Amino acid sequence: MKNEIITMAHGGGGIKTQGLIKDIMIRHLKNPILEKLDDGACINIPEAELVFSTDSYVVSPIFFPGGNIGRLAACGTINDIAMQGAEPKYLSMGLILEEGLALHDLETVIRSMGEVLNETGVLVVTGDTKVVERGKGSAIFINTTGIGIRNPEIDVHVSNARPGDVIILTGTMGDHGIAIMSQREGLKFESDLESDVAPLWGMVSKLLHEVPTVHCLRDPTRGGVAAALCDIAETSGSGIRIQEPTLPVNKEVRGACNLLGLDPLNVANEGKSLIISSEADSAQVLKTIKSHKLGKKAAIIGKVVYEHPGMVILETKIGGERIVEMPSGEDLPRIC
Amino acid sequence: MSIKDHIKKVKEISSGIKRPVKLMEVCGTHTVSAFRSGLRSILPENLLLLSGPGCPVCVTPNDYLDMAIAIAKQPDTRVATFGDMIRVPGTESSLEYARAQGADIQVVYSPLEALKYAQSNPGRKVVFLGVGFETTTPAIAWTIKNAFEKSTANYYVLSAHKIVPPAMAALLQGEIKVDGFICPGHVSVIIGARPYDFISRDYHIPCVVTGFEPSDMVVGIEMLLQQIADERAEVEIQYSRSVKREGNPEAQAIIREVFEECDTEWRGIGVIPQSGLAIREKFAAHDAALLYPALELPAPAENPGCICGEILKGIKLPYDCKLFNTVCSPSSPVGACMVSGEGTCAAYFKYAKRS
Repeated sequence: MKNEIITMAHGGGGIKTQGLIKDIMIRHLKNPILEKLDDGACINIPEAELVFSTDSYVVSPIFFPGGNIGRLAACGTINDIAMQGAEPKYLSMGLILEEGLALHDLETVIRSMGEVLNETGVLVVTGDTKVVERGKGSAIFINTTGIGIRNPEIDVHVSNARPGDVIILTGTMGDHGIAIMSQREGLKFESDLESDVAPLWGMVSKLLHEVPTVHCLRDPTRGGVAAALCDIAETSGSGIRIQEPTLPVNKEVRGACNLLGLDPLNVANEGKSLIISSEADSAQVLKTIKSHKLGKKAAIIGKVVYEHPGMVILETKIGGERIVEMPSGEDLPRIC
Repeated sequence: MSIKDHIKKVKEISSGIKRPVKLMEVCGTHTVSAFRSGLRSILPENLLLLSGPGCPVCVTPNDYLDMAIAIAKQPDTRVATFGDMIRVPGTESSLEYARAQGADIQVVYSPLEALKYAQSNPGRKVVFLGVGFETTTPAIAWTIKNAFEKSTANYYVLSAHKIVPPAMAALLQGEIKVDGFICPGHVSVIIGARPYDFISRDYHIPCVVTGFEPSDMVVGIEMLLQQIADERAEVEIQYSRSVKREGNPEAQAIIREVFEECDTEWRGIGVIPQSGLAIREKFAAHDAALLYPALELPAPAENPGCICGEILKGIKLPYDCKLFNTVCSPSSPVGACMVSGEGTCAAYFKYAKRS
């Protein structure tokens, strides 16, 4: 397979498509439901509350420090389901491949997806592959849609945040966004930083087991912690106050943000969660999260308040304060 | 002394002055730092920070953007730019919009990236958008010189470079009343502190070259207030870990070698004599302005309700503008001060929007 590339024939539905499915997809995503290779997956779910979520992944470059588009596509949808307090069970996977993509790159991506599935017990049960002409895509686009099962006693919603609640962030901000930016054409810089992309269900499951009364979970992906908190404040109709000195930020992220004129609050994460709980629960939440490998750097970063409903205020290091605004688009490096 | 002690000192000196004090931060990075750190919220009430014309993206005129967009649509041409230019609206379009329509526009962090691309793609013309103050000019000058010496014939710069002191002079000749200038740290790394001497000498206004950390700004403000309290007017350097009085002579030399001063338009303010930098004739083969002399550009049109000119001069605040937070916002900017994250209106919108 060395030096082999994707051609239009791989999407044609014939022998090449079959080869791709057997040699790569089944090999790395193997499970009895997928192996039936029917047009749709038959899955048996006992009466339960289902959570259903979809997301598309178009990250460029497809390989970045700490992960690749395959790992991201698996983790992203798994995390969206986990943030609803549900156990992710099944994924579909739609691939749009650009002609000319190296087959071994595709295999690396699918292998990474498989690793996340092995780690979490989630199954890819159905999929589709299309090939587009060179220039019509960007190496690989992936859509994953997932189904999860929620314990009906769990009630985590963004609208549940209420004054007096405590806000916990499960680790450092901005690692994913800066790791990606460090690889972009024209913006490359040397950095040891890796994306934080990781499936959160393990940690969330442990949390919901220990503290089933948490009010709200949200993964601060695009738009970063700022966008997630603005969303929570607006949806819940409460105010939010966070304290700058408590915000966990890696030294590399802080340095890159200073250089590029970005605010770590606005930079994307792919392996972090915001958790909102009552003050009474917060010590237990923090203890539980910190005992998980993904939550070692968790910290209480602020509170939900009665004042300034719908608005997020940051209390700064020097004792001042300012509004945290919903980011207006992708943050761009400044001139100077 | 800790930053809190300096803040206390600022309050003490300020209360002794017993009148409103207006300090202008000339540079957009200071504006953003003052908001982002919450510094504005803890300054004494009689101390007002005004934002000056120091965001190079904001003051770049529409017709420059129109030209950049028209160039990007030419065949076999790539336009390379710093990131914050990409969303700035020209008369009819923006670089971001043109890119979505198929133009080859690349965001780069350094002009060296654009030069490297030109060297490895000799069949394509690469036009770097040379926007910025003295901070960015030396590196861009270097790329032009390098392209000239190594015969990289397909590398061009569209220069809208500006220099800061003439803009400050123009402000002082107008109706602006400020009690002190927080002078830009990064610009002064290159030009030094001497170019501000005329401000203290001729206008008796104190200047302090200040760094961008919140603690730098607090100390810079304290030094300005102390001068005001002592009725002194001098050019002092707070940011002494990076700025020397004479600046960086090598950087100044390469700017002089490649560029010459010219009259130039500042969006919202108008033409300021000898405040721009044009590429010298020797390097004309790399001047993108000469590469496409016959581009069809739309007739410039600014929104008549926009008061960015007065905001850039420190006469009015964003809150005084009818368009602010109504039709003009960072996602759909109308005027110069909203187009860049470091523009005055964008900073007010982001950090101090009144509900």
